Amino acid sequence: MTSQVTSSFQGTADLPKWVSPAMLLAFFMGSFTLQVMLASSTEQNELNLIPVAVFGLVGYAVALYALSRFVEGRRKATDRLVTILVTAAFSLALIPLLSLAYTVVQNGAARFDAEFFTFSMRNIVGEGGGALHAIIGTLEITGIATLISVPIGIMAAIYLVEYGRGTIARLVTFFVDVMTGVPSIVAGLFAYALFVIFFGPGVRMGLGGAIALSVLMIPVVIRATEEMLKIVPNELREAAYALGVPKWLTVIKVVLPTALAGIATGVMISIARVIGETAPLLIIAGFTASMNYNPFDERMMTLPVFVYTSYANQGVDMQSYVDRAWAGALTLMLIVMVLNLVARLISKYFSPKG
Amino acid sequence: MTATKPKAIRRLGDVIFANLAFFAGVSILATLATVAAFLFVQSIPAFTGPEIAAAEDGFWNYVFPFVFGTVYASIIALIIATPLAIGIALYISHFANRRFAQLLGYAVDLLAAIPSVVYGLWGILVLAPFLNPTFMWLNENLGWIPFFAGQVSATGRTMLTVGIVLAIMVLPIMAALIREVFLQTPRLHEEAALALGATRWEMIKMAVLPFGRTGIISAAMLGLGRSLGETMAVAMVLSPTAVINFAVLTSSNSNTIAANIALQFPEAGGNYSNLLIATGLVLFAITMVVNMIARWIISRRAEFSGAN
Repeated sequence: MTSQVTSSFQGTADLPKWVSPAMLLAFFMGSFTLQVMLASSTEQNELNLIPVAVFGLVGYAVALYALSRFVEGRRKATDRLVTILVTAAFSLALIPLLSLAYTVVQNGAARFDAEFFTFSMRNIVGEGGGALHAIIGTLEITGIATLISVPIGIMAAIYLVEYGRGTIARLVTFFVDVMTGVPSIVAGLFAYALFVIFFGPGVRMGLGGAIALSVLMIPVVIRATEEMLKIVPNELREAAYALGVPKWLTVIKVVLPTALAGIATGVMISIARVIGETAPLLIIAGFTASMNYNPFDERMMTLPVFVYTSYANQGVDMQSYVDRAWAGALTLMLIVMVLNLVARLISKYFSPKG
Repeated sequence: MTATKPKAIRRLGDVIFANLAFFAGVSILATLATVAAFLFVQSIPAFTGPEIAAAEDGFWNYVFPFVFGTVYASIIALIIATPLAIGIALYISHFANRRFAQLLGYAVDLLAAIPSVVYGLWGILVLAPFLNPTFMWLNENLGWIPFFAGQVSATGRTMLTVGIVLAIMVLPIMAALIREVFLQTPRLHEEAALALGATRWEMIKMAVLPFGRTGIISAAMLGLGRSLGETMAVAMVLSPTAVINFAVLTSSNSNTIAANIALQFPEAGGNYSNLLIATGLVLFAITMVVNMIARWIISRRAEFSGAN
C-alpha cells in the first residue's frame, strides 16, 4: 500500500537533464526526414513545414510524457507536458513576429531608396515614384492629432488624479477605458459625420483625419498620464501646500515636472499607436497621388493608406506597386520602432531616480 | 461670539485650472456621446432617402451577414488566441528566467505596435499562400466536419486565415493583460503551494489560475472588442461575398462590418455612405457592449481582490 502511494505520488528517479533537449532534436529531425521522404515519394516538390512541426512536436510531447511517467511518476510527467505546451505556445507566437520582420525588410528593401523619399506619385504609372506626399501627410495629420490630444489628455488625467471625486470622476474613468475600445473605423466615420455638417457630403480633409486620430489617441494619453501622476509622492504636494503654493501652481510646477518623463513616454507610445492607423484616414482623409501640404482642404495621402492603396489598386506593372507597398510598410514599421525605442530611452534616462 | 469659520481663499488661478481640468475630463463623456449622436443623425438618410440598390431587402437584411461575419471571425480569433495568450503569459511570468523574460515581454509588445495594414499585407502575401496547402489537407481529410467542408479557396483568402491574422493581432494585448494579472498572484500563495511539494504546474493550477480567472475572462473580452473592430487586415485578406457561411475554408465568406465600410466607403455616393454609417453605428454598439462588460468585470475584480 505504502509503496503504491509513493510510486504514484513521487517519482522513483529523475530524468537526466540532457534527455529532454535530445528528444526534441531527435523528433524534429525524424519528422523532417519523414516529410522529405513522403514529399519525394508522392512527387510533391514543395515541402510543407507545418506537418514537420506538428508531428515533431506531438511526437516529442507524447514520448517525453510517456518516458517521464514511467521513470518519474505522473505528477512530474504532467509538469513536463505543461512546460512543453507553454513553451510551444510562446514559440508559436514568436514565429509571426520573425516572419513579419523578415518579409517586410526583405521585400521593402527593393524600393527603400532616395527616390521613394523625394517623389510623390503624381503622373507615375508603373515604376518609380515615391511616398513623399504620404510621409508629409502622415506627419501633418499625426502632428495635429498630437496637438489636440496631448493637452486634453493631460488635463483630463489631472482632473482624474488631482480633482476628480464622486460619480462624474468614476464615470470618466470608466468611459476612458471604454473609449480605448472604440474601433478605429468608427472614429473615421465620426469625423466624417462631423465634417459633413459643415462641408457637405463627400468631404475629404486632412484635418478630419487628425480629429479621428485624436479620438483614438486621447484615452491612451489619459491612461499613461494618469498612471504617472498617481506615482508622484503625496509628500511633494503636501510640501508645496505647506509653503503656501496654490494648488494649480503645485500641479504645474511640482507634480507635472516630476512625472514629465513618464508622460513623454506615454505620448510617444500613443503616437506610435495612431501613426499606423489606416481605416479612419481612408474614410476621411482619402487618397491622392499628389502633394498636399494643406490639411484644411482636399484629399491628403498618408503612409498607411499609401501602403493599402498601392496594394489594392495595382496598375499595369503590378510588381512595382507591390514593391512600393512593401517599402511603405518598412518605413511605417521603422517609424513605429523608433518611436517605441525613444519612448523607452526617455523613461530610462529622464525618469526621477530614487 | 462671532466665530466665523476661516474662509479658504479662492484664487483665480485655482478656479480657472480646476475648471479646465474638469472640462477636459467631461469632454471624454461628451466625445463618446457625440460619436453616437453624429453617427445616428448621419444614418437617418439611409432609411428615409431613396432606396439603395445594395440594401433593397431592407437595412437589417443588409447588415446581418456582416454582423455574422464580424462575430464569427472574432470568435475564431478568440478560440485561437486565448489559450496561446495564457501560454505566453505563463511562460513570461513563471517559466522563463527573469532577465530573458523581460526581453521576451518586449518582443511580444512589439507585435502590438505593428500597424494593422502591415499585418494585412503580410497576411495576404505571406500567410495565405503558406496556409493554403494545410487548408487543402484539412478539407480532404476532415471535410466531414461542416466547418472544413465545401470548395477550398485556391488563394487562401478564407475566414480561417482572417481568424488567424486577427488572433495574431489581439494576442499581444491579451498576453500583456493576463501577464499583469498572473504577476499579481500573491507570492505567499505560490510559495505555500511549492512548500507543500507541488510541482510548478500544480502550483500554477492551485494558486495562479484561480487568482487570474477573471483577468483571463476580461482579457478575452477586450481581445474580442479589438478584433470586432479590426478593419484593414480583414479588408485586405478576406475574399468576401454577402452570404452567411459557417465553412471556414471556402472563398465565399461573410464580410465584416468594418472591412465592408473600408472597401465601400471611398466609392460610396449619395445616401449609400449613410447606409455604411448606419452599419458603423451597429458595430459601435456591439463593441461598446463588449468593452463595457469587460471593464465591468475588471472593476468588480479590483474591488474584491485587493491586489492593486
